[in-house]
Amino acid sequence: MQVTFIQPDGTETTVNANSGDSVMQTALNAGVDGIVAECGGSMACATCHVYVADEWVSKAGNRSESEEDMLDCAMSEMRDTSRLSCQIKLSDDLDGLRVHIAPEQT
Amino acid sequence: MTMIEGHRQLTPDAAIPVLDVDPYSEETLHDPEPFFTALREAGPVVYIPKYSVLAVGRYEETRVVFSDHENFVSSRGIGMDDFKLEKPWRPPSIILEVDPPEHTKTRKVMARALSPKVVRSLMDSFTSAAEQLVDHLLKQSEFEAVADFAEVFPTTVFPKAVGMKDVNERHLVDYGAIVFNAVGPDNERRRAAMARAPEVGGWITAACARDRLTDGGLGEMVYEAADAGEISHDEAGMLVRSFLSAGVDTTVTGIGSALWCLSQNPSQWEALKADPTLIRPCFEEVLRFTSPVHTFARTANVDTQIAGHTVPEGAKILCVLGAANMDPNKWGDPEVFRIDRKPVGHLAFGAGIHGCVGQNIARGELEAVLRALIAKVDRIEPTGPAVWRPNNAIHSLDKMPLRLVAK
Repeated sequence: MQVTFIQPDGTETTVNANSGDSVMQTALNAGVDGIVAECGGSMACATCHVYVADEWVSKAGNRSESEEDMLDCAMSEMRDTSRLSCQIKLSDDLDGLRVHIAPEQT
Repeated sequence: MTMIEGHRQLTPDAAIPVLDVDPYSEETLHDPEPFFTALREAGPVVYIPKYSVLAVGRYEETRVVFSDHENFVSSRGIGMDDFKLEKPWRPPSIILEVDPPEHTKTRKVMARALSPKVVRSLMDSFTSAAEQLVDHLLKQSEFEAVADFAEVFPTTVFPKAVGMKDVNERHLVDYGAIVFNAVGPDNERRRAAMARAPEVGGWITAACARDRLTDGGLGEMVYEAADAGEISHDEAGMLVRSFLSAGVDTTVTGIGSALWCLSQNPSQWEALKADPTLIRPCFEEVLRFTSPVHTFARTANVDTQIAGHTVPEGAKILCVLGAANMDPNKWGDPEVFRIDRKPVGHLAFGAGIHGCVGQNIARGELEAVLRALIAKVDRIEPTGPAVWRPNNAIHSLDKMPLRLVAK
């Protein structure tokens, strides 16, 4: 399966992904810039912020309350499509997922 | 039932390798690498007969056990004592030593008080304190970097951030060391900690009272959560206490370890001066390389498994974070300190729901310190050997003579 990361300047990188991994882990495995992920997935840092492409928002699932609290503190503005990429777990129905990387993380 | 070190004696799965060592001996706490290596090489999980505990030190198993809060709980204590069977030495922490759903409620309050947004509001104060401290130390021909630098910075900025009216630097640093020594076995370090606990703990509890905190600080934010009905006012006092047990001695250790890494590896110091964007990755590598918390335990709350071996309910499992952060299967060349490694997934702040809730403020403090250093300092030179201070959970420097040479 594949995930496409879109940089703030519009550059797109499509990478291979494993079902079960998080979108954050997928970015790190492929060396995609802009996903900092300082806390390693403990929902403690808001440095893996992405905006899910509109057509994927419902499939990517809902934000938990604590994820929302953390996004509220992120460097880039929180939008309706904002997610912490460590909290999006890949499954087969997310094959082809597209996410925009937030411009500022730390 | 036979008890050993505050927990039930364990009859381990016969297939689990036995490692007949004392992870808490003074020798090992001074120089833990040989133990870390032996632990990883012995197997994915080992049995340590001296304390009748299991231990994990390979990266993968350590991460899994440490973050599996359903099977391996924190509420029975993160040290040797099983709180289900032994009365804890102090009322247990309501964030560190607790499970969901209670943990979820207190974690939310603390995460809000320590959020990235709050840390950003503190950065100006951190930056000016770091610049003043570096300016002061540049005037000295040499200094003792633990007492004169690593301990000074957090005790200057953190009580102010919390909003404490009463500041006793010695008690603040020592309280963390006492709490962390208390998670070990009944050895001389734990006994010394227990002897000082009434005095220091009493001072800490009094200093966490609401009328001893100023408006606008992190402590007051926690009490406001109590006003809003999220937690009780007694719980608010307990959470303010958690700021002090977990937020002073640990950052003292982080600063000391950063100075140690950079003074011992001049090429990496040069690389940092040349590229300030490596400040934050540099601190992550310091954390991986030195593991300020070397070991915390979990307790199996049900009959479960580690790496295919059965683990009975009540078993204590030492999660040796220091060994996991040096696992060559995970890191390739773990013994090399490399500031551009970007070691995402290191276990220095733990993992999962109990991952350090104050990690943003720790990063903020270190960013301020490292930024002030690279702005003003050309070289960081050791003027004598660094000595480590044995502690049952923390790997921290005791003495480190240094000289700073101005740019």
